[in-house]
Amino acid sequence: MSNNNASSSLIIAQRAVKQLRLEASIRRIKVSQAAAELKQFCLQNASKDPLLMGVPSSDNPFRPPKSCSLF
Amino acid sequence: MCDQTFMAATFGPCDSCSKASPLMNIYIKSEAINYCSFCVEMMACQGLQKGETLATLKKESENLKKKLEEERGKLNDIELHQVAEKVEAVAALSLKTRRVLKGHGNKVLCVDWCKDKRRLVSSSQDGKVIVWDAFTLNKEHGVTLPCTWVMACAYAPSGCAVACGGLDNKCSVVPLSLDRNENLAAKKKSVAMHTNYVSGCSFTNSDMQLLTSSGDGTCALWDVESGQLLQSFHGHTADVLSLDLAPSETGNTFVSGGCDMKANVWDMRSGQNIQSFESHESDINCVKYYPSGDAFASASDDATCRFYDLRADREVAVYQKDSIIFGASSVDFSLSGRLLFTGYNDYTINVWDVLKGTRVSILLGHENRISRVRVSPDGTALCSASWDNSLRIEGTGPRGNPTHPAPQLHPPAHSGRSQSVPRADRIYSPSNKFLVFPWVFSQWEWLGKSSKGSALEPS
Repeated sequence: MSNNNASSSLIIAQRAVKQLRLEASIRRIKVSQAAAELKQFCLQNASKDPLLMGVPSSDNPFRPPKSCSLF
Repeated sequence: MCDQTFMAATFGPCDSCSKASPLMNIYIKSEAINYCSFCVEMMACQGLQKGETLATLKKESENLKKKLEEERGKLNDIELHQVAEKVEAVAALSLKTRRVLKGHGNKVLCVDWCKDKRRLVSSSQDGKVIVWDAFTLNKEHGVTLPCTWVMACAYAPSGCAVACGGLDNKCSVVPLSLDRNENLAAKKKSVAMHTNYVSGCSFTNSDMQLLTSSGDGTCALWDVESGQLLQSFHGHTADVLSLDLAPSETGNTFVSGGCDMKANVWDMRSGQNIQSFESHESDINCVKYYPSGDAFASASDDATCRFYDLRADREVAVYQKDSIIFGASSVDFSLSGRLLFTGYNDYTINVWDVLKGTRVSILLGHENRISRVRVSPDGTALCSASWDNSLRIEGTGPRGNPTHPAPQLHPPAHSGRSQSVPRADRIYSPSNKFLVFPWVFSQWEWLGKSSKGSALEPS
């Protein structure tokens, strides 16, 4: 029984080390570059963002429904 | 094992080193072996080496973790909000409640938009899943599941089916038929089987595959037609509460967040955990990719929402305020990614400027905690689902007509005194530091004024 526990914690530790090695080896870029690209994406798409820019009532699918009046 | 003097019963060549010496007759796994004392010691040390190997592995993992911290720290040359200093601030938002969807008999737990930008599917605690037309407020379909707490629901990309799952440990796909009279529950097909509750589900790019996350700590990819498990994702050490697929057409990664306070990014084809982020201080309730796919945001019970960049492999922004003390349950980005909508357990939705890290607006109106916020596929509206049994759709008005001006809630950090003029329709705490909304009794109780109920939890 103790053998099983020992070997399973060994396996868990081996897996953890393998995972950490994988994570440590990935290529990273600097935050300044990443942030600049995020900012770029936001600004480029800002004009197409209805919640940010607002849309005129005629284009807004959720505008309050207008009632028709019949004469 | 020390080298002891022993009674040698035999003398001869050792079984392992073949040297002639006094032999110890021992049994290993019921096999009679004759080793010399030196070889017996070596063998005993090998057992020890296994113990040492465990320790060296632990040491190596500690070192690797430190190295990861260092590597990530080296890249932190500037903060996101510093990069965004020159960017124009977001104009006051003109968000107004456009529709209130009433019809659920109990807490609404999840909502998802259809790709046609007008239909929604929502699921609630009483087992009901309803498909709404958000423009006309019509309930188009209703399915009753035999389980309660349907925590996850998703609309298929084609719009022809919905997936739902919860405490039944399964995720089922229900095809939607145009015939109103047809009994949808009869056509329900169980696709995913987990060993604990299903907390989140999402179709991949087609109707054919379903990704689920579960309280059993795993995520899994299923084939809808056959119900076969295509790939499983192990790595979380506690319940997985949320998942989100990368937005790109060719994307094959997804991010998941769970009760182990970690957000993991996975490769769908190999099942490999590519990246892991651990900076939250409590359960992660929701994760959502940034529209470009290079970053994601997470909402947690520690009352913060955080923004992680995948290529820089670190957290780049934290969205928090001293006045926000209740956990965040859900996040979603606006179409351009400039705004982050976050739903909290104090019945409010906070809108953050993603780049600058500041709060732009608060949306009020729900009477119980927000369970999910979702922006429509074309970005024109935000749907919020809440424990008050209703869903609200917030949309924009014409620009320059703000109905939710950014409120001055507490004094700027650098001055010790409040500089904003107190408004007549609000109640301020004596120190002027906290604003109390008359209809949100939870915050009133937190200030210690009322003795009813428990101090921190909203009733």
